Amino acid sequence: MEGRILEKQPVIEMRGVTKRFVDVIANDKVDLKLFPNEVVALLGENGAGKTTLMNVLFGYYNLDGGEMLINGESVTFNSPKDAINHGIAMIHQHFTLVQTQTVLENVMIGMEGSFFPDYNKAKEKLLAIEKEFGFHLDPDAIVWTLSIGEQQKLEILKALYRGAKILIMDEPTAVLAPTETIELFETLRNLVKKGHSIIFISHHLQEVMDICDRVVVLRTGKRVAEAKVSETTIPELASLMVGRELLERLDRGKSKTGKTILEAKNLKVKNNRGVTAVDDLSFVLKEGEVLGVAGVSGNGQTELSEMLFGELNPEEGEIFISGKRVPGGSPSAVVKEGMARIPEDRIKTGLFMDLSVKENMILESHVNEPISKNGLINMKEIRSFADNCINSFSVKTDGMDIPVKSLSGGNLQKVILARELVGNPKLVVACQPTRGLDVGAMEYVHQAMLDQKSSGSGVLLISDDLDEIFLLSDRIIVMYEGKVMGEVSAEEASRDKIGLWMSGVIS
Amino acid sequence: MMSEIFSVAFITGLIAATLRMSTPIILATLGEIITERSGVLNLGIEGTMLFGAAVGFLTTLATGNLWLGVFAAALAGIALSLIMAVLAVYLGLSQHVSGLGITIFASGLAMFVYRLVVGSPIVPPIITPFTPVAIPLLSRIPILGASFFTQYSLTYITWALIPLVSIFLFKTRAGLRVRTIGQNPFAADTVGVNVNLTRTLCLAAGGAFFGVAGAFLTLAHQNMFLIDVIGGRGWIAIAMTIFGNWNPLMGAVGALIFGFLDAFQLRMQTLGVDLPFHIFLMIPYLITILALISVSRKATVPAGLLKPYRREDK
Amino acid sequence: MIGMSIVKRKPLPPWVMLIIPVAAVFVTLLITAIPILIAGGNVFKAYGALFHGALGSRFNLLETFVKASPLILTGLAVAFAFRAKFWNIGAEGQLFAGAIIASWVGIYFTWLPSFLVLPVMIIFGFLGGGLWATIPAFLKTKLKVDDVVTTLLLNYVILHIMGALLFGPMQMPGSAWPRSASIMDAAFYPMLIARSRFHLGIIISFAAVLVIWFINSKTVFGYQSKGVGINLNAAKFGGINTNMVILKTAIISGGLAGLAGVGEVAAIHHHLMMDVSPGYGYTGIVIAMLGNLHPIGVALAAFFFSVISVGAQTMSRVAGIPIYIVGIIEGVSLMTMLIFILLTEYKIRWTKS
Repeated sequence: MEGRILEKQPVIEMRGVTKRFVDVIANDKVDLKLFPNEVVALLGENGAGKTTLMNVLFGYYNLDGGEMLINGESVTFNSPKDAINHGIAMIHQHFTLVQTQTVLENVMIGMEGSFFPDYNKAKEKLLAIEKEFGFHLDPDAIVWTLSIGEQQKLEILKALYRGAKILIMDEPTAVLAPTETIELFETLRNLVKKGHSIIFISHHLQEVMDICDRVVVLRTGKRVAEAKVSETTIPELASLMVGRELLERLDRGKSKTGKTILEAKNLKVKNNRGVTAVDDLSFVLKEGEVLGVAGVSGNGQTELSEMLFGELNPEEGEIFISGKRVPGGSPSAVVKEGMARIPEDRIKTGLFMDLSVKENMILESHVNEPISKNGLINMKEIRSFADNCINSFSVKTDGMDIPVKSLSGGNLQKVILARELVGNPKLVVACQPTRGLDVGAMEYVHQAMLDQKSSGSGVLLISDDLDEIFLLSDRIIVMYEGKVMGEVSAEEASRDKIGLWMSGVIS
Repeated sequence: MMSEIFSVAFITGLIAATLRMSTPIILATLGEIITERSGVLNLGIEGTMLFGAAVGFLTTLATGNLWLGVFAAALAGIALSLIMAVLAVYLGLSQHVSGLGITIFASGLAMFVYRLVVGSPIVPPIITPFTPVAIPLLSRIPILGASFFTQYSLTYITWALIPLVSIFLFKTRAGLRVRTIGQNPFAADTVGVNVNLTRTLCLAAGGAFFGVAGAFLTLAHQNMFLIDVIGGRGWIAIAMTIFGNWNPLMGAVGALIFGFLDAFQLRMQTLGVDLPFHIFLMIPYLITILALISVSRKATVPAGLLKPYRREDK
Repeated sequence: MIGMSIVKRKPLPPWVMLIIPVAAVFVTLLITAIPILIAGGNVFKAYGALFHGALGSRFNLLETFVKASPLILTGLAVAFAFRAKFWNIGAEGQLFAGAIIASWVGIYFTWLPSFLVLPVMIIFGFLGGGLWATIPAFLKTKLKVDDVVTTLLLNYVILHIMGALLFGPMQMPGSAWPRSASIMDAAFYPMLIARSRFHLGIIISFAAVLVIWFINSKTVFGYQSKGVGINLNAAKFGGINTNMVILKTAIISGGLAGLAGVGEVAAIHHHLMMDVSPGYGYTGIVIAMLGNLHPIGVALAAFFFSVISVGAQTMSRVAGIPIYIVGIIEGVSLMTMLIFILLTEYKIRWTKS
């Protein structure tokens, strides 16, 4: 045995891992290896099974088939605690932080040591780790005061505090500004140098090429490909991800702008914590164009959309639809003026998950004839309306009477699109309309937006997906900390300039 | 009449009664605070207290030992809360519905068991209750001595529990975990804390408190068991939990205020104040409602309250 | 350590939903046989007495309907409120409010022409209960105060208001008890079937079931209140005036409970007294949940509880089982029903670690 160089052994090996939910197979006999000192990308579109697979690795889910090996030894994880004990930590998409507690308390949880935790000793350990890896978080700061980028660093700190050598990062850049992403990648490279391994879940091809060494591609639950980043290209990865030529073939239609359909003047909106989220914001949207509102999530887009949808009352400022002033804080007022609304969180604000498809279709129209008259609902009219919606927008459903929660994400969004767009509205306001959707559904939503534009509607598209903004918009404005950083037409816009605006740099 | 109110005897009696009558409410409130801090609303308090009262009374009746009765009452409370844990934590049923179900079931069970053991005698059985314990030396202080320092041992224990529960929640490892689960169960789960087990233990602790609170009413405050012995105090505890913003000390203060109003209205009746005595009976409840109105705006509800936690949902 | 968790299961065929109540009743009776055995009773004799006492003769059956009537009303009251997530624990107090108003009309409105007395009493009683329920609804919508606590505390407040009235202005002259004078003859609910206590209120409660069913499934308001209960945010987003919906829901809910109070005064006692209700408002909560918040379910659950309650009297007399077994049966039937409903959507999985 002496003198022989052993082949590099994978730190983690997942062999034939299968995970089922009721009748859906989320992971179908997936193989995955992770070697020391490398960053592996787990690539796939929404719904491909990436997060599920990692949740199995992390001990959050039990596997239904296959096995897992850590450093060559077979293991069974019944809970995240087992994974942590083996040095595996996961940084989730939705942060696992308690906003009302301090940095220190969040880091310590589960690792407190004794019955009466020694907060001072823990603080010392935390500060030492921060120093070693170049973090600068104040242990006594309360989490909700930190920026998103800092909160994500806190998540990484939590993992390092526990001695994790393997980090699983689930779509970490989804909530970061371009500059924060650069910082994150530096942190990750540093960690790899110090002996850590990273699994990087993403569907952003450029980032995968930037930071990762190897790529494993998942599609509808199966592992379809693997490649070294140095030996592949973005278009190749894209088509592997989707299984076909990824070129959104969109019919852009004719573009002819008309009169102003929506105008916002000096909007100032506070969020529910009393912080000013939208600050003196104004814009104009004309019929027949798509105005893209770009920006990293968390810069006031949510509050802007809530104000436009009538959910929030602005502190100052007004909006006008077709020249008519519309009072704030009243969803029925904006609906009455003909605004079609695609909300940011379809499950939380847009749908009654336990109700049937048809009952969801009539959410806004239920007070109007012919759906209802004199306070009585007309079931026949409801069924015919719902039928029309389902067919016009190809909603894949087992009929209109089943609860809407059994529909896939893409079809849920189609229900909302159908409900909002079936009447050919003159004004469409969409906030993050393709979040969480697979590529097929995304394409459908994009085409729907463009069709609305071609038929003469004005479309306001609020999105943190820059690709989407560039794909659909005629004009682009960028939001940063509640203000408009700049406005530019799509032809003249460059990614660099927009990126700078998104990071708050005025040029 | 005013001179009577400010007489030493009156004030002493009032303070003593306040501390006495607030004891079960403080206990129940502490128990509910622990439970709600972990994210579970337990509406079964009233029924659990009644069952604890019955079990405690019957145990003492059978054995002649008061402390054994208290212990049995605690066990009874734990048993009921474990049922609640199965329903609301493990099966994820609506916490409102599970708790109300427990109250109805436990109330029926309490009366049933009592009747079974005692039958229907003309004169209901009584036990020799706890007697107030005078703390040496301190009980000689004027006014305070006869009120603060001459109380039931259970009352002294209750007071000791207030800082203990505070320390538990805010200074121990377990308390940090409980609070984390109450705010973000996912955060706790991902670091390996067993969310369901912790919630169950908090429910059990609360149940023990409720049982003992009920037993206080039949073993100390009174010496017999009546169907309305709890008198709505279990529901008051829920109000006090909100009033105290889920903080043990503030919750105890709220319970004290309620106890004061209760003791006060009793005394006003005997003073012959010329208002129908039912108006006095109303006062504690009206004031509680007003108090809730004033705090509801700034309440910091544990964010994970009322939501069952299930992994496959994620 | 053994752990338990639940996992979603494949949807079951719809006929399962129909046998669930039957299965729940059956399992309940199995479980409550245990306390009967502990009480030293013969299970068959006990249950036999129960069913005979409730259903075994013409009079018994009609009595069961009589007892079911207030339970249907309070059950509907709570179910209608819970559907909109208005946690109305105050049906008992709303019942008192209805009873107080009904007595007031029944005793003092002697100047009304006789044929108007009943309608006025019923309408005013409904409004009394409804208005009492708007207090916690208002506190919930405008001031964000928890409705569980306020509805409950107000039960005690109105109980003491009733006490103040019955020991005061409404006390029957010459009596030392807290009871009012008798209501006038025109205010009595007519008895509809000879040699029984089957009265108008029973018909009113049946009508209420139909009315609530109609509101729930055929009206805009019914759709809105269902939406508010399922997802308040989406309801607001859709332009529904959620505060008004909750307020209106409260009025109807309280009104139904108030009608139960009217019935107790107009049909059973014919005057107002402190124990005008043996806890119907609270039982209504269990009935509402047992009926899965559906009007027909509520009616069936109310009838089931009435059978238990009426039958338990006989069971107590004949088989010597303490009457408080009723509370146990009620609680167990609720929990059984809840677990069965859960099992239609989820499987239980045991894990070992």
